[in-house]
Amino acid sequence: MSPETTTGHGDISTGVAGGDSNASATRITPGNALRPEDIALEVRTGLAKPTEDVAEYALRLGDDALVLAQRLGHWISRAPELEEDVALGNIALDQLGHARSFLSYAGGAWEKSEDDLAYFRREHEFRSVQLFEQPNGDFAVTIARQFIVSYYQFELYRRLTESSDETLAAIAAKAVKEVDYHRDHSAQWILRLAGGTDESRTRMIHGLRLMWPYVNELFQDDDLTQRLAEAGAAVAPSSLREDFDRLTGDVLQEAELEVPDVPAAPGGGRRGKHSEHLGYLLAEMQVLAREHPGASW
Amino acid sequence: MAAQNLQSVPAELSPEDEAAGQANFDRVMAEDSRIEPKDWMPAAYRKTLLRQISQHAHSEIIGMQPEANWISRAPSLKRKAILMAKVQDEAGHGLYLYSAAETLGQTRDKMMEDLIAGKARYSSIFNYPALTWADMGAIGWLVDGAAICNQVPLCRASYGPYGRAMVRICKEESFHQRQGFEILLELSNGTPEQKQMAQDAVNRWYAPALMMFGPPDDDSPNSKQSMAWNIKRFSNDELRSRFVGMMVEQVRVLGLTLPDDQVRFNEDTRKWEHGPLDWHEFQEVLAGRGPCNAQRLERRREAHDDGAWVREAAAAYAAKQQAKQSMTTKEYAA
Repeated sequence: MSPETTTGHGDISTGVAGGDSNASATRITPGNALRPEDIALEVRTGLAKPTEDVAEYALRLGDDALVLAQRLGHWISRAPELEEDVALGNIALDQLGHARSFLSYAGGAWEKSEDDLAYFRREHEFRSVQLFEQPNGDFAVTIARQFIVSYYQFELYRRLTESSDETLAAIAAKAVKEVDYHRDHSAQWILRLAGGTDESRTRMIHGLRLMWPYVNELFQDDDLTQRLAEAGAAVAPSSLREDFDRLTGDVLQEAELEVPDVPAAPGGGRRGKHSEHLGYLLAEMQVLAREHPGASW
Repeated sequence: MAAQNLQSVPAELSPEDEAAGQANFDRVMAEDSRIEPKDWMPAAYRKTLLRQISQHAHSEIIGMQPEANWISRAPSLKRKAILMAKVQDEAGHGLYLYSAAETLGQTRDKMMEDLIAGKARYSSIFNYPALTWADMGAIGWLVDGAAICNQVPLCRASYGPYGRAMVRICKEESFHQRQGFEILLELSNGTPEQKQMAQDAVNRWYAPALMMFGPPDDDSPNSKQSMAWNIKRFSNDELRSRFVGMMVEQVRVLGLTLPDDQVRFNEDTRKWEHGPLDWHEFQEVLAGRGPCNAQRLERRREAHDDGAWVREAAAAYAAKQQAKQSMTTKEYAA
């Protein structure tokens, strides 16, 4: 299918069959999946071009997913059980896929590729919220972070499928199905760890207490989200809170856990204010690309 | 772990049943057909397979480490995604192979214990360090390439679960090799530094990859029996020679060279030949004195130990759930 015959964004959710055929040696994605390469192609050929506001918004969601993928990728070869090497690897891959899609789209506003955005921005230029960059800690900390993230992302993407921006809607439509599995994975582990041994319960409670200060930031509105929400392109973060509280509350109740009573951190990630952790994460992620600027890989 | 004898290990048989089992086994070997877990098999056949399949599983698991070393630094997001998927595939291969080995009567827990205790072997190749990004290319192209040469014939191995596991593994390995080739091709056509990086990686991985086929035929005491049992189909040297032939073709396309000026096609034997390999080094690495032996085992031990409380929690939770369920069933019954 040539770009001319694709009829707008509605079609990109079914993939651009004749897309970038050199995109990957391991292209075993099911035929209907929306690939980041499809979005990059749409952007390059001018079929999709985000407004400045939409690009800023896509950058936020892309940075969240990218930073989390980087964190989760560390578990591969280190997980408590081989099945978890596979599961956490899957979640990392899903997040990386979402990141690539959002960043490819965002870059369309500034003539930048996903890699330009991932590898050649500095810490204060990243727009991820602070929860995503929190260190893995032990398995319970990782699960606590994943539990919060997946319930938040599920509510977000579920609504974003109705975005007036068709590319955002298409990315969200693919992502929400995957994040639904992430929810299940993390909820199952919350139950197991809370209801397993005394040690696992103590660790689970500790993990949730460590991560909960960063929950508030997920639901903070600002001028950008307000403008986009009014235009029907994005979701006001504050509007997700009620469902998030209810659904995470149900899981915590079943696990006989309290919602942690801890002071909220002020956040600021959307404005480029990060915790101490992000710098190290980016230094490692970017080092090779920056040693060879302009090189192709 | 207590359950080291799974049900697939047969109980003591009467001499008549034993003779019938042996007759069936001999027939299967003669017909080049398949032995399945419930079939009688000679103890030595079981032992050989268990050793081979578990070593293969361990190799997949330890083999995740050199590549996992570059996931965080992959130089593009596409490469990062491919590498993550590849290392994840290796965990999957480990899982199938441990399952195949379990059908021979040993638990995965026991196999993992043996690995961590240093009692079990894994492919020596993974005791070499992955120093640059180009190593991701060289490992895919050379190491996975050699693995495929070894493993494709194993799809026809006489033991059913092993052969079937290998079919799927080989399909994925061929993707892995192609992605390795693609990494090297990109580097070779890139900047001078990138090309140099690619050549350096090929130089370092070439000889260890050739040694993956095992010692020369005249020094490989177990090969003959494995061939008689239809586990092994081709000799070490035969496979090595084929592999060299394929690499000679492909390295030209890459625009790189093999670090071996004695590679040639012998018109008389119709086989590819290569320069001498350092079998002393091979033995040293096998004996635990390789560059990364201690590091690899320690990392596996650490992951295993750090995860102990998680596995215990999962087991405890499952037991509690089961107890709850049987209680509910009783209540209903009453």
